[in-house]
Amino acid sequence: MSELSVAAAPPVKSFSFIVRLLRHAAVPILSVLTAVLIGAVIIALAGYDPVMAYVGLLDGAFGNTAGLTRTLVKMTPLVFSGLSVAFAFKGGLFNIGAQGQLVMGSVLSAWVGFAVAVDLGDPVLSTIVHVSLALLAGALGGLLWGAIPGILKAYTGAHEVITTIMFNYIATNFISWLLYAGSPAEGIPPGPFNDGNGVIARTPTIMPTAQLPVIYDPPGPQFLHLGLFLALITAILVGVLVSKLKFGFELRMVGLNPTAARYSGISVKRITIMTMVIAGALAGLAGAMQTLGVNYRYEPNQSLGLGFTAITVALLGGGDPLGVVLSAFLFGVMDAGSTRMQFNSGVPSEIIVVIQALILMFVAAEQMIRSLYRIKAEGDTGQRLSTGWGQR
Amino acid sequence: MAGNNMRNGDVVLEIRGITKHFPGVLANDNVNLTLKKGEILALLGENGAGKSTLMNIVYGLYRADSGQVLLRNQEAHFASPREAIHSGIGMVHQHFQLIPVMSVAENVVLGEEVTSGAFLDRKEAVRHVRELSEQYKLRVDPDAIIEELPVGTQQRVEIIKALYRHAEILILDEPTAVLTPQEVDELFKIMRDLADRGVSIIFITHKLKEVLTIAHRIVVMRDGQVVGEATPAESTPESLAAMMVGREVLLRVQRGPAHPQDTVLDVIGLSALDDRHHHAVRDVSFSVRSGEVLGVAGVQGNGQTELVEVLTGLRHATAGRVIIHGEDLTNTSPRSVTSSGTGHVPEDRRRFGMVDNYTVAENLVLNSYYDLPFSVPPTARTLPVVMAGYIGIFLAFFAVLASIWGALWSSALWSLTLGLFGIQDVESASREAMNGPNMVELIVMLVMVLVIGYLAHRFTMWVLRRLQKAAGKPLRFGKKDRGLVLDHRQIDQHAVGLVEQFDIRTPDVDTHAGSLSGGNQQKMVVAREFGRKPRLLVAAQPTRGIDVGSIEFIHQQIIAQRDAGAAVLLVSAELDEIVALSDRIVVMYKGEIVATVDADKVTREQLGLLMAGASAEDVLGVRAA
Amino acid sequence: MLSILTGTAANRRTAIASGVGLAVILVVAFLAAGAVGPAIVVAVINASIRNMVPIAFGALSGIFSERSGIVNIGIEGMMLMAAYVGFMINVALSVPGVSPILQTEPVRLGLSILGGVLAGGILGLFHALLSIRYRVDQIISGTVINMLALGLTGYFYLPGATTLGRLPPVVVNPFSADSGILFWLGEILFKKGIITYLMFALVIASTIGLFRTVWGLRTRAVGEHPRAADTLGINVHRLQYRNLFFSGCLAGLGGVFLTLEAVGTFERGMTNGRGFIALAVMIFGKWHPLGAAAGALLFGFATALQGQLQFFNINVPHQFVGMLPYLLTVIVLAGFVGRARPPAHVGKPYEIE
Repeated sequence: MSELSVAAAPPVKSFSFIVRLLRHAAVPILSVLTAVLIGAVIIALAGYDPVMAYVGLLDGAFGNTAGLTRTLVKMTPLVFSGLSVAFAFKGGLFNIGAQGQLVMGSVLSAWVGFAVAVDLGDPVLSTIVHVSLALLAGALGGLLWGAIPGILKAYTGAHEVITTIMFNYIATNFISWLLYAGSPAEGIPPGPFNDGNGVIARTPTIMPTAQLPVIYDPPGPQFLHLGLFLALITAILVGVLVSKLKFGFELRMVGLNPTAARYSGISVKRITIMTMVIAGALAGLAGAMQTLGVNYRYEPNQSLGLGFTAITVALLGGGDPLGVVLSAFLFGVMDAGSTRMQFNSGVPSEIIVVIQALILMFVAAEQMIRSLYRIKAEGDTGQRLSTGWGQR
Repeated sequence: MAGNNMRNGDVVLEIRGITKHFPGVLANDNVNLTLKKGEILALLGENGAGKSTLMNIVYGLYRADSGQVLLRNQEAHFASPREAIHSGIGMVHQHFQLIPVMSVAENVVLGEEVTSGAFLDRKEAVRHVRELSEQYKLRVDPDAIIEELPVGTQQRVEIIKALYRHAEILILDEPTAVLTPQEVDELFKIMRDLADRGVSIIFITHKLKEVLTIAHRIVVMRDGQVVGEATPAESTPESLAAMMVGREVLLRVQRGPAHPQDTVLDVIGLSALDDRHHHAVRDVSFSVRSGEVLGVAGVQGNGQTELVEVLTGLRHATAGRVIIHGEDLTNTSPRSVTSSGTGHVPEDRRRFGMVDNYTVAENLVLNSYYDLPFSVPPTARTLPVVMAGYIGIFLAFFAVLASIWGALWSSALWSLTLGLFGIQDVESASREAMNGPNMVELIVMLVMVLVIGYLAHRFTMWVLRRLQKAAGKPLRFGKKDRGLVLDHRQIDQHAVGLVEQFDIRTPDVDTHAGSLSGGNQQKMVVAREFGRKPRLLVAAQPTRGIDVGSIEFIHQQIIAQRDAGAAVLLVSAELDEIVALSDRIVVMYKGEIVATVDADKVTREQLGLLMAGASAEDVLGVRAA
Repeated sequence: MLSILTGTAANRRTAIASGVGLAVILVVAFLAAGAVGPAIVVAVINASIRNMVPIAFGALSGIFSERSGIVNIGIEGMMLMAAYVGFMINVALSVPGVSPILQTEPVRLGLSILGGVLAGGILGLFHALLSIRYRVDQIISGTVINMLALGLTGYFYLPGATTLGRLPPVVVNPFSADSGILFWLGEILFKKGIITYLMFALVIASTIGLFRTVWGLRTRAVGEHPRAADTLGINVHRLQYRNLFFSGCLAGLGGVFLTLEAVGTFERGMTNGRGFIALAVMIFGKWHPLGAAAGALLFGFATALQGQLQFFNINVPHQFVGMLPYLLTVIVLAGFVGRARPPAHVGKPYEIE
């Protein structure tokens, strides 16, 4: 039996890299294609022209520099939040709480942006310091919000899926208190972070020194900020951390087999907490991107659903940083092009949400795509998130 | 022998030409078999010989690729166990199929419930079980909860389950694996009794002595085929073993006398709880010296698992001390136990000993990856220096390249280059018309940052290596300052060596460990633990569920480690293994050590009695040492 | 009574614990009645029950699927979808021009409830399909359902849709205001919609079902040790599909309660995490319907305090009071996971060999 099973695994050596890449990419690509096709059917059923709609989408996302810039700007926070979810996946944790971590990071970076003044004489130097501080605050906000579920998971076994979602709601409530516009009729004062406009829940504008430098400003309202480069560099760093460093080795082992990790002398508690800390910080940075690079203040609806899209981005990217960047780009395209699509073809832009949900479904149900297109499975990924409720 | 007349009777089950493929494995290859009424047929073979597959086909759990199953001369196609059960086939699986939190009666009636209306009739269920238990002399309390019963009793529940369903053919899959010799005797009595009542029994096993004791007829399987048939009268253990393995086998491990030196492991008054917070280890004391094998005998579930976990730092001790090489390592961590020079072959390989989705190479450094030569600098303490250098180099690179770029940008060369690609110069076009070229600009910028980053990284690494070469040794401050980066080249080299030394059959070291056969996985774990030349070796069930070839190999390695001066603590539920390898033996029963004896001064029978809870005084005629 | 409902000693303990909990709440209620007057106490109790209903249904939904070995993170989505579908059927039947028979209250609302519950059940089946047939990780499969429900109900959301009304109370309070304690008891016991009463009935029914019937024995067996059940000829996957359908239906009842009995309209994401709170309640109740009901009541009480705090002269920003149920969920999870023993095989896919 032993000989037989060894012989069964053919040693593909020379093309193994390309073969492996294709095998990895086949399911995500087919998932997207299938979702887009089903989306076309839905559009057609509603009486619109799917070709028009998709051409509009692509036109809005790539058609001119403004479009491409919009795509890249939309993509930036998705890279960070996608990395957050993907990183937690590697450690065997499902970070549904990216949304809460993201808004906490967003608000905290806004606070450093509007409440802390940095003036070192030289504007360039001030910007470097202030932006760094604000980014750090963003990471810290997300980090705190990620660390608590991590600690609870490590020490009590409270499942991170539920606790992180609860922390999303807690963050929502907390921020709505921070930003509360106040109600003179009931004698309730505005929240501590409100800019005092009396109507809208939002923070004051951040100082110019806290704004992420604009590196490209094509005609039109869009401009590209430094965040994209930070995102790409972060993706590379995360990739190195996971696959090259000792910590990554430990992290993956905890994700794949926590008991074996314990046996080999790893503190599973420490790794669990560190995983959520880093994941939270990454999500916090995603929020900071929106505040420091696009809106220049925090408004509650600026990052609606971003943390949830991040889950799809991470799953579509297969938990791999390069994959996350590519799928974040794809989602950036959909976000950026949806308005033009609606303008050109009349299809409600919410169809994008449906297509994204379909992508998530197909990527998650890998088997569905495999049986649809008759791709052979390459064995279980070996990682299970739903391993019961207790401590690991 | 009893039941002779009946065994000449009708054939109740006939298997004709059964073939079954699993991906990559031919599990059954044209197997033929007959079973007569009231007969005990032993199906003998190694792990992986295809015995269980064959029986699962008969039981309707698997479907055969080809071949027939004839039940009382009628062809039967069982799509599910339910149909097999209805046709009078019962099976007691190797791993009991009992629900731990439910009562005996609930387990027995499950699937064939007695009801009144839509509701369960518990009283009736209990009465049924009690009746069966009396009728077949299978003592068991119908209201007891399964997880609170000893394994021997659980097995009786399994047999009652089959009888409750009116089984006429009973398949017992490795039923003796978890029993004490006395429990085995009792089981054999039950089996003979059942056979006399006309129940036909297929007894799956790999234990030769048991086959010779109980079977009426023996069928031997190897590599999915039936390789021979025999009766106990015409067989010897040696002849059966040769048939089973396909070559001559050493039934005894070759080993010389032990030369024990100083004490390596000292366990004093150790106690611990199990996962359900029951007392699993009670006041256990013993010591192991270098150059000897101390065997821990005992029926599974008498605290051995917990004992090993406490010794290796995986479980907290509630009392007592663990001293390894003079160092008190009670309740420290697995890491500190490992680095004290302890090797640990864990009982549950898949759960503790390996990561399926890691490569063989990665698995072979599972508890040494964190130190040189596998983890290399920068270390945590040198990191700030390295980072500062990195940023400096990056900025320098960027400044140089930016100035070059700036110069290029304003020069005619740039327009010329753009012109080559048919692109208009950016500066000359108006802002509205420059959409196309600006995208090029954007992408160039992106690529530039990435390229600069990569170059800076390579350069930093180069500088780092130079510095290290100049220093002559890795840069680290203090003993605990360990490297942060894994050196995959070192890890692979290390693996190649071990794979050869320990004869691990794998396509290459980058293969996922989960795809190896059980025997090779175990050899991989053994290679990792033995390859580090441990001073103390804790081997728990080192040969469970693997083929004879691997068992022999691992046994030889254990003796080799002993002779090289390691102290070996061997925990095994296989009494034969304990007897074959140990120099001294301790017997555990209900978490306590009931006896400590020299291996050559005790018989298997005495050990069996001790494992069943008899006192050392009664068995050995001496006070427990 | 208790011994009829429960099987093993552990279950009996849970039942006793929930009984004791109820008694404590009653005592506290009586003490409070002396302090702040019966009207407020009754209002708090009624608000507690109102908030308890969807959570109790969610917890029952969780029990049904977890007892058969499948983690159901998708309760939230099932609730939301059912709430939406139930509401939209009500809207569609309320449009002028629909046949008057369909517009009569029992038919219109009955169809709405049925539609919503079926929508939940279908999502339950979908969860089963993903996690059994397509072997998706059960947590991810549940998340897919949550996001699908959130996306679809948001996409097809009709702001400002109106209906002919929601579920009326089944019975009016037969006691007059001057009959003292009987009146206040009546205020609590009567004047509730049918789904509330259904919840209490289903808590009892599923307790009996789980511990006294063949179905219950087999369901528990599958959740503990599916292989054992399989070797005894129980069709594990069929049972799981069926129970996941029930599970979805129960979550659906929680959803339609929101749009057809409690609130009367639909809003985006209106379930507000109740599905997840329900999971915590399920763990708190040790996978036992009675325990879960007691836990749900506790959560209902915590939520009910929100509206009543000003009566006690406590001045906290309402956003902080709004956090209470979520914080409580986290605390319950942190404190009770690990103490209770989940079904042994929950979360692991079972593959028939």
